[in-house]
Amino acid sequence: MSVWSEPTRQRATEIIGRYPKRRSAVMPLLYLAMAEEGRLSEEGMREVAEWCGITPAQVQAVASFYTMYKTEPVGRYLVSCCTSISCMLLGADEVLGAIEDQAGVPDGETDKEGHLSVEHVECLGACGGAVAVQVNYELIEGVTPDRARALVDWLRNARPDVVNGDEMQELFGTRRSFEWAIHEEDGAVGPYPAFQPLGTVGR
Amino acid sequence: MTTLVVTKRMAEHPADSHTITRYQATGGYQQAKRALGMTRDELVEEVKASGLLGRGGAAFSAGLKWSFLAPERPSYLVVNADESEPGTFKDRQLLERDPHQLIEGLIITAIANEAHHAFIYVRGEYSKPARRVQKAVDEAYAAGFLGTGIFGSDFDLDVVVHLGAGAYICGEETALINSLEGLRGEPRLKPPYFPAAKGLYMKPTIVNNVETLSNLPHILALGSAGYTALSSSADTGTFMMSLSGHVRKPGNYEVPHGITWRELIFDIGGGMRRDRALKTWIPGGASAPWFVPEKHLDLEITKDATAEAGSMLGSGAVIVMDEDTCVVRAAERIVRFFAHESCGQCTPCREGTSWLEMILRRIDEGRGRAVDLDLMLDLGDGISIGLEWPPRMTTICPLGPSAVSPILALRDYFRSEVSRHLEAGGCPFPGGHIAGEEEEEEE
Repeated sequence: MSVWSEPTRQRATEIIGRYPKRRSAVMPLLYLAMAEEGRLSEEGMREVAEWCGITPAQVQAVASFYTMYKTEPVGRYLVSCCTSISCMLLGADEVLGAIEDQAGVPDGETDKEGHLSVEHVECLGACGGAVAVQVNYELIEGVTPDRARALVDWLRNARPDVVNGDEMQELFGTRRSFEWAIHEEDGAVGPYPAFQPLGTVGR
Repeated sequence: MTTLVVTKRMAEHPADSHTITRYQATGGYQQAKRALGMTRDELVEEVKASGLLGRGGAAFSAGLKWSFLAPERPSYLVVNADESEPGTFKDRQLLERDPHQLIEGLIITAIANEAHHAFIYVRGEYSKPARRVQKAVDEAYAAGFLGTGIFGSDFDLDVVVHLGAGAYICGEETALINSLEGLRGEPRLKPPYFPAAKGLYMKPTIVNNVETLSNLPHILALGSAGYTALSSSADTGTFMMSLSGHVRKPGNYEVPHGITWRELIFDIGGGMRRDRALKTWIPGGASAPWFVPEKHLDLEITKDATAEAGSMLGSGAVIVMDEDTCVVRAAERIVRFFAHESCGQCTPCREGTSWLEMILRRIDEGRGRAVDLDLMLDLGDGISIGLEWPPRMTTICPLGPSAVSPILALRDYFRSEVSRHLEAGGCPFPGGHIAGEEEEEEE
């Protein structure tokens, strides 16, 4: 018995159809399961196993390998601060500290309201725009401790339905790795990547 | 001035370089069409003759890689857009700003390698680049450049954009293949699992990097002779370098091979922030052994010159550190990355990287011991025998040996800084630089 909604089931069928072998759809289906429930539950993993024709243990083996599949509950906004070498050289530890303080949430945890989660992450590929921060995998470059605190307040108060990188860069970013040049309307609706087959939302 | 190749369109047409309209208006997709009239041998020979080296880090001849494709069919093409080497952000720019250039390179590669199914594996954190690429793929399908009978020919080509989920190791081509098969992203042993013979679903598979493929339309347009003429050094074409750290103008720069590190850091990069002295830099991503100004500043930036000096150009990521940088902390940060990203299959890497991280942290925190540098070298020797570069491996893939590179820098150039930590009972350097605050001061 499927626990997924009809649109999700349709999308799962589409995704599986793109691959020569159905097991290859494990990764996109795990994202689909997260989008359905807000996190990856055991039930969700069982569902993925059924769709892909493998065992739940095999799905769990994959899910536990990758950091972006969250089996613990995650807040509506996942704030990820890069602390790898290039960002560290330009103050990433201080930015992470500012986020933790302002949110009242230590690295790796979520607030009681289920609103904000904070994590340090490895290199986000935005080294020319250090310090790099992502909210629900939408990027902000050139973040300072002050700007990080303002970002946390904004997420608390404005509670955007869609997290948009261009908007956040405008409000909280400074130097970028390169000119983004092209304005985008798309953004993330939850703590998983906003990518077309997974439910990109236009505004 | 440098001739721009892969970044030319985005430099000249910043507002719409990502659209199919602009791409076609600037000569786009002509070479893919032409490639349909060429044989596999002709294409492989042309790319071999161009001297194009893989831009993902290994710098292996792209044409030679194609020539190894085993005869069994079906064959597959996988685009490695899992850019995650600390310091590297060039592929992100190519994905976001000129995705059709990548797709045209992909079509040429698929034709040359008789592949009818291609995958673009984009790292999970590259949400926006993945969206841009998917949109470009959709545009190409709608135009008839992808799908059944591309460009009105009898050649079919389907492309799937596949999102990773936060594992650096999936940039290693056999780990990427496992990941794409729906397995844990653990590297496979080579031999026997050379992708060109036993790759995706155990079929012949070509795995090429984003920048590598982005060069292909230009190689066909210019011809291999025209392409090699772009560079005056042994390495042909141009090279994307990602510059980060304590330089005034960090960013991606497409440069000709053969400029010097001095030119890159002090001219192109605008020199050192706050006029601090240059202490050290990493020439090719976090995996590469470090360079120092006393020995390496006037070396040419070529594959061979960098290898002779004991390092590598890798992914083209240059991380610059000034005199106020604590190299122990910098080393700790790099080793921590590899410890976190180790897939855990091989004991020397799984255990060794974690031990190196713990020892570096205790030195940084003032709990270091006099034997610690020797202890780290001994551990490093257990991961890569003899501490040579390129490493002699004890592991399936080069991730473990990469974690030893910063330890070599401490041994060769910064022994006294390790000692100063021991003597001072902690880090003798002031706190980190905070980029934005300083910039706001300067304004």
